[in-house]
Amino acid sequence: MELELRGITKRFPGVIANDHVDLRVTDGEIHGLLGENGAGKSTLMNILYGLYSADEGEILIDGSPVELDGPADAIAAGIGMVHQHFMLVPVFTVAENITLGTEMVRPGGRLDRSAADDAVRELSVRHGLPVEPDAVVENLPVGLQQRVEILKALYRDAQLLILDEPTAVLTPPEADDLFEAMASLRDDGRSLVFISHKLREHRAIADRISVLRRGRIVGTADPREASEQELADLMVGRPVDLVVDKTPSAAGDVVLEARGLGVVDDEGSPLLTDVDLAVRRGEIVAVAGVEGNGQGTLVACVTGLRSPDSGSVTLRGTDLSATSRVDLLRGGIGHVPEDRNRDGLVGPMSIAENLILDHWDAEPYASRGLLQFATIRRHADEAVEAYDIRTPSSATSAGSLSGGNQQKVVVAREFDKDNDLLVAAQPTRGVDVGSIEYIHKRIVQERDGGTAVLIVSSELDEVLALADRVAVMFHGRLMGPFDMPIDKSAIGQMMAGADPADILGDRPATPDGPTADVDAIDEEQS
Amino acid sequence: MTDGSPQPAPDADDEVRRLEQERAAVVDQDVRRTTGDETLVQRLVDAVTGPNVVVTLLAIVLALVIGAVLIAVSDAEARTSLAYVFARPGDFFGAAWTAISDSYGALAKGAVGSRNGITESLLAATPLILTGLAVALPFRAGLFNIGGEGQVIAGGMVASWVGFSASGLPLVVHLPLALAAGIVGGALMGWIPGVLKTRTGAHEVITTIMLNNIARIALSYALTSAIFLGPNNVNPRGLSVPDSARLPRLFDSRLNAGIIVAIVAAILLYYLMERSSRGFEIEAVGLNPHAASSAGMSVARATIFTLAGAGALAGLAGAVLGLGVAAGGITTGFSAGVGFDGITVALLGRARVPGTVAAGLLFGALSIGGRAMQAQAGINLDLVGVLQALIILFVAAPALVQALFRLKRARPGVTPGMTAGESA
Repeated sequence: MELELRGITKRFPGVIANDHVDLRVTDGEIHGLLGENGAGKSTLMNILYGLYSADEGEILIDGSPVELDGPADAIAAGIGMVHQHFMLVPVFTVAENITLGTEMVRPGGRLDRSAADDAVRELSVRHGLPVEPDAVVENLPVGLQQRVEILKALYRDAQLLILDEPTAVLTPPEADDLFEAMASLRDDGRSLVFISHKLREHRAIADRISVLRRGRIVGTADPREASEQELADLMVGRPVDLVVDKTPSAAGDVVLEARGLGVVDDEGSPLLTDVDLAVRRGEIVAVAGVEGNGQGTLVACVTGLRSPDSGSVTLRGTDLSATSRVDLLRGGIGHVPEDRNRDGLVGPMSIAENLILDHWDAEPYASRGLLQFATIRRHADEAVEAYDIRTPSSATSAGSLSGGNQQKVVVAREFDKDNDLLVAAQPTRGVDVGSIEYIHKRIVQERDGGTAVLIVSSELDEVLALADRVAVMFHGRLMGPFDMPIDKSAIGQMMAGADPADILGDRPATPDGPTADVDAIDEEQS
Repeated sequence: MTDGSPQPAPDADDEVRRLEQERAAVVDQDVRRTTGDETLVQRLVDAVTGPNVVVTLLAIVLALVIGAVLIAVSDAEARTSLAYVFARPGDFFGAAWTAISDSYGALAKGAVGSRNGITESLLAATPLILTGLAVALPFRAGLFNIGGEGQVIAGGMVASWVGFSASGLPLVVHLPLALAAGIVGGALMGWIPGVLKTRTGAHEVITTIMLNNIARIALSYALTSAIFLGPNNVNPRGLSVPDSARLPRLFDSRLNAGIIVAIVAAILLYYLMERSSRGFEIEAVGLNPHAASSAGMSVARATIFTLAGAGALAGLAGAVLGLGVAAGGITTGFSAGVGFDGITVALLGRARVPGTVAAGLLFGALSIGGRAMQAQAGINLDLVGVLQALIILFVAAPALVQALFRLKRARPGVTPGMTAGESA
């Protein structure tokens, strides 16, 4: 199927999300759509999937214009979409999810489950995407859930498949599987639109790349010719420093020390098992791992948000459990939470208010119980200037800023303190490349100023760019930390649960972390 | 497809910066508290021209328009002339106009058209302001206090008891003591659901509704006991409060010093909510409890504080009744539903202190004006209830009001593709 978008324009109050976008996706090609967060990729794809209607422009399929008024029209026209957040019913089986809305029934309205199972089995064999039709979706790993989404689209005979940030939730091996499946669909004659802001992936899989910036197509590139640097510059609109510039670390004494940390959830299944970790003054320890392997719990434990069920955490030798969260935040810990909208910012409050969120009743921002507005405002204006927060004023609500600028507000608040320990979880998630560059620079500055830095990230590139030592989390266990440099594929394998001893041979782990035993967990996974 | 080769313009960064600033300025609607260093006049202008206030005023207009239709329909003469409206439309419109203008004229005149009307309106507004604030305060922490009625009853009972059982005290001691007792009684009543919520997770809507029943039944029971009735009394009316604990009358009318108490409470609450660090904490907890607790704030503290504070305000309303209009002795119905009316008052005032005070004054005036309307124009008092309900209905559906009046307003919620959608 050949798809053409001509002059697509979509305006939202105050912004032009898509500005006369022309895009052509030919038969049997994987078309990469590259752009920063907020560049208008999702808006464009939502127009293509009938979720939004364009203010101007037209959509042509095989040369003839079509009206797409809702996803039903798009599906009928042969367009399928795999959303970033899966649209599956968790308690239904694979076959039920795939046939949902087009269920096969026997006379009398009874569901014909076996026919559905057979159809799904046949479909999955034909496309080389193996799934178990009667498995319940919520029990499947994320990679398989995504496969169900793809099969759902194929079941409706999609000739054009839109994949919205499909790799964001996958481990590197899972991503490789996905790329293989995408290539086979292409060879099958289908067209795919692949959305991502990761340059490397575009170069790995796309046949052609269109770059979207501020709602406009600013260029198309051939992945075989364009370098990552060129693509990044094009995407951001100015030269970008992709490599984090840092000197070797000069690690000092231990600031954070976790010993034998164990946490179990309400049902008694382990979230953290026997985690040992030490972070020293002047070094960056980065924890890699696919999300949901216990990183969140680890961060909560070392920042005093949660007390571990077993083991201990000490900050400069004093036990964390003896100190309240507010005293920790004011006395040496900076914490950039993983989900800034949930835990880092109060969206409707102003930037100035968000900048004092953890000092709301402390001098100089409050005096005798009353807020000192002039001081708060002056502090905010300084931070806006110093951290390059792009906003009309410090009285603007934090929620109205772009993702990158919201993150800069959090960073400004947490970095501006006199920290002994800085814990940053996913510090650049949903942040544009320009701001990533800036935030990374600040993190290294903090390190050089003598702070112990703990980074948790599911972006392997970020981990490798920042870390002085790398640890990997898998199923609540911590492997490492290992000294840099370390082979990227080795970390990728550990993220999928491989035993470090097998990969790294007899390379010693650094003293604070005994190598985790992952055999038991392997069984659990299979 | 423009340029094929990566050639970023040198001034692109400035362009990006400008665009980001413009976008944030448009998306942002709430330039709020930190503009505290503006002048009072600027702030007043901002407040009155803010989109919320405009919608509220339009909601009142809409409610009056619908009320006018109801008046016209319920007027006998207008109904008769409606039968031949196409033959002689003038008759119908004339009759309808007369009915509407008479009714609303009586309403306005009864409420604010005379000295007596004004003082009566203020008297009716006093408990409404306090119970409205009692709903508004927890609302800011994200809690819905339905328990105003029970807190009013508790506060009124305790204040009245302190009023009639202590004797020989001078006014300057006795009255404040009785008022304080009412505050404590109500605060206790609000503290219970606060603690239940933080300790056990029991939802405050359920617990406060149940406590309303408990308070109501406790009052009925108390009004059968000798403690409240005194010896040899069979009427279910409590003992009379002596002059030393009664709120002094103002302006030679039925209006008493309760209105001053309410306004002082409102001013204190305003400072707490808009100027103090405690208010900041409450606001942050209400808007995003996750971020608030991540920043070291205590959700439990805010919950208990606001619910107990709400109880104190409603208890004060009860005390104002028990030491004012019901000083002759409380009855089972002395609270007259002001605790529930407080919910609508707070909703109309959008849980802001100035708005809630204004809404309390409006509803007080409407209830007094409604009586005059019933007496002079023969319109049933229930119309006032309908008007109040319609106002709340329209306030609760701002999109409807904006659509009816063709108001355009860019809100953060309508740009999903560029804000929440893509940053997720």
